[in-house]
Amino acid sequence: MASDVANSDQNKPASKGKPIAFVLLAIAAVLFILGLLDDYEGVFAIHPMDQFIVSPLFGDGAVHWYTPTNVTMWMALCILSIVALMVMGTGGRAIVPSRGQSIAELVYGFVRKMVEDVAGKDALPFFPYVLALFMFILFSNLLGLIPMSFTTTSHIAVTAILAAAVFLTVTIVGFVKNGTAFLGLFWVTSAPLALRPVLAVIELISYFVRPVSHSIRLAGNLMAGHAVLKVFAGFAGAMGAAAFAPIFGVVAIYGLEVLVSVIQAYVFTILTCVYLKDALHPHH
Amino acid sequence: MADTAYNSGNAAQGGEAASGGIPQLDFSTFPNQIFWLVVSLVVVYLVLSRVALPRIAAVLADRQGAISKDIAAAEELKAKALAAEDAYNKALADARAQAQEIIAETRSEIAAELADATAKADVQIAAKAKESEARIAEIRAGAVKNIEAVAKDVTAEIVAALGGTKPDAKTLKAAIAERMKG
Repeated sequence: MASDVANSDQNKPASKGKPIAFVLLAIAAVLFILGLLDDYEGVFAIHPMDQFIVSPLFGDGAVHWYTPTNVTMWMALCILSIVALMVMGTGGRAIVPSRGQSIAELVYGFVRKMVEDVAGKDALPFFPYVLALFMFILFSNLLGLIPMSFTTTSHIAVTAILAAAVFLTVTIVGFVKNGTAFLGLFWVTSAPLALRPVLAVIELISYFVRPVSHSIRLAGNLMAGHAVLKVFAGFAGAMGAAAFAPIFGVVAIYGLEVLVSVIQAYVFTILTCVYLKDALHPHH
Repeated sequence: MADTAYNSGNAAQGGEAASGGIPQLDFSTFPNQIFWLVVSLVVVYLVLSRVALPRIAAVLADRQGAISKDIAAAEELKAKALAAEDAYNKALADARAQAQEIIAETRSEIAAELADATAKADVQIAAKAKESEARIAEIRAGAVKNIEAVAKDVTAEIVAALGGTKPDAKTLKAAIAERMKG
């Protein structure tokens, strides 16, 4: 398990340069296409953002809070996938695991080790909570990569609630475990006394900005990736015989998006662990 | 599907999508997404914490137990093997020592027998030598007697031949005894 973590850590920096170039190219392409769409609505019928529209599963009525929508469907599929892996996959309870069981154990060990290493042993009661977040985000991201699917985690409403849940948990746990000593998080005792009020303001702002960056990072990554995929797919449709170039692009970006899906789930989870560490051990 | 979704979305949201707002900022769908998200998260949390995690933890603990049991068994077997090797070496050393003892015993026995036989042989040899000496002495004595007889006859003959009278036996005997002593 430790070697797996080390491997994934080693792989990331090596593959960082190319994805950034890809993303920049892709964003340029999106802007270019959006500009084209304004002028020539009829020529390029590409609507890269339509895949994110929330619509009712049955009929065309208004979307009330209780209406079963495509959000409901894809979240249900996400739950089913998690149940399939973590419950049905481990049904054998074998000493020598099957393939499904070893994947479930791998995820379990990976997240547990992350919670233990980053947030400390006393954060282990939060392990099921962190794992639930990780599994939900991971499977939502990966299911969103199925063509014609709907990516629930590309919506800021979803990621904002996820981030707000983490923020509230961390804040409440911080005050319950440490009382007012939790405010010591904002009072940097290692800095000179004169600087401390200034730092306190900065720390306070950064504390409240956390859920914003936490949620927008996830939604933004997925939204951009899926929009880019759709744009390239639209190119392929519009270019006729020359479509091999955008199709190659779609394949390449799809690979990148698989990576982004896993990494964003990982990033969300590890940041949750970091915030939990702050709540449990507020002294720097 | 995307087209119908787009159309129905348009129908539901009126002019909002058409005016360029992205679906992520269509606040009318927020309660719906939030509601289903909360439901999903609660379900995922319950499934994981009630069913999946205890099961995986139990499996991992079982495996750990099995592994440490196997290691303990292996160590026990190794200890047994070492003990067996020790016993074998000890038996070997014992057998060797016993063999040495037997060799030494046999050697001393043989030496004793040899000494015994040698002593017996010595005694026999000594007896035989004595007998032989006695016989030699007897033979010598016999020889001396014969010589006396021969000497008496020869002397008498010589004296007679030289022209003298035959000496009487008594004188002859005394003269020869005198000469034989010298």
